[in-house]
Amino acid sequence: MKKDEVPQDKSNLESANFKELCYAVDENGEYTTVNSSGWDPKTIALNKAIEEIKERVENAKQRVLNNKTSPIEYYMEFHKMDLPILASYVGLWKWRVKRHFKPSVFNKLSNKTLEKYADVFDISIEQLKNIELHAD
Amino acid sequence: MQINFTHHQSAHCENGVISNLMKHHGFNVSEPMAFGIGSGLLFCYIPFLMVNHAPAFTYRALPGIIFKRFAKRVGIKIKREKFKNPQLAKARLDENLKNNNPVGLQVGVYNLVYFPDEYRFHFNAHNLVVYGKEGDTYLISDPVMETVTTLTDKQLEKVRFAKGAFAPKGHIYYPIDFPKELNLEKAIIKGIKHTCRDMLAPMPVLGVKGIRHTAKLIRKWPKKKGIKKANHYLGQIVRMQEEIGTGGGGFRYIFAAFLQESSKVLSKPELSELSKEMTDIGDLWRDFAVDASRIYKNRSAKDDAYNNVASQLEVIADKEEVFFKKLKKAIK
Repeated sequence: MKKDEVPQDKSNLESANFKELCYAVDENGEYTTVNSSGWDPKTIALNKAIEEIKERVENAKQRVLNNKTSPIEYYMEFHKMDLPILASYVGLWKWRVKRHFKPSVFNKLSNKTLEKYADVFDISIEQLKNIELHAD
Repeated sequence: MQINFTHHQSAHCENGVISNLMKHHGFNVSEPMAFGIGSGLLFCYIPFLMVNHAPAFTYRALPGIIFKRFAKRVGIKIKREKFKNPQLAKARLDENLKNNNPVGLQVGVYNLVYFPDEYRFHFNAHNLVVYGKEGDTYLISDPVMETVTTLTDKQLEKVRFAKGAFAPKGHIYYPIDFPKELNLEKAIIKGIKHTCRDMLAPMPVLGVKGIRHTAKLIRKWPKKKGIKKANHYLGQIVRMQEEIGTGGGGFRYIFAAFLQESSKVLSKPELSELSKEMTDIGDLWRDFAVDASRIYKNRSAKDDAYNNVASQLEVIADKEEVFFKKLKKAIK
């Protein structure tokens, strides 16, 4: 990649007001560094990934409202987590967390366990029990 | 208190921390040098590790390993510690800052508040330097950022004790012992040899063979996984290749810069020629990213398009195979 080929496309980096560093060759074929504001192919890849997460969150939300799963799954998706990550944050076995996705099991959870989840998601227990109290 | 530390922006966090810490201690080691000596370049497909609901592909060595190899090869000693207890981790950090010693930390990205929201995923192998503390605020030099920044002690504790794969566990590291002069020549040769070995390894998921394996997978994805998943997986490959901290072209440009610098250190003009070749291969990786992005941009891609990008990867694999064989000969 030549110095003047370093892409300067619009990207999500703009919001944080920073540019990333790229390596490229100058007129004499010597390597140098150039700042880049972003590149479309990866902006598209990132935006697609974010879109997908939003879909997952929306899907989980509907299933919570239909009493198909517990709010824990919604908050997990909201925080871009998956089962292994959530399990390691709350310090429980994966199968236990998965069990807590069942609304019937979730409704019987002790305050202590609920507290663990609420801490990880940085919300109150009321919000954990009722996702409509969660501002997203 | 603030240590007199100079922040230099880098393309990749781990190399950047190595380079910045070395410069602080009076050794002028560039980012590509750190990357090359630490044998950072790689290609690996990790089928059993799912990242963001897609299989993981990596273009570089495992977190932490670049610094480890670099230290061994140039003869510096690094002190490393991990903690169970956040208080202890904080105490050790404060102690070092008090002794005027900037330290490297491994952190998770998800709670890194100065990163743009869109970039905050559960990725735990980010690296930064802490170079001071004012009240409850730590002074942070994050190598991928243009300038220095800060984190409160709460925010820092959160990222140091992020959970999940590669959990940092408060990982703190800093060089403690330096030789009088760095012996770069030997270290460069060792670094290059190791990279050649990795890239030419007779393993189906590693190096050149890994790239070919990935090409085969891409051909199968649309039928086996459906268009939606295929696109998601393809997007993941491009993101791993081009995201912040890669310097573009899946680290190939940084490696080319390393070869160029090495050709001067070792007075081997062949390496400079090979550097040009690696730059061209980096360009091919970028062409691949452009074509792949066309596929996941419009959802209704034909099978043909997947075969097309797969063929591109196969061409890259062939070129890299020839390249690393030549490189191996050049440093004999």
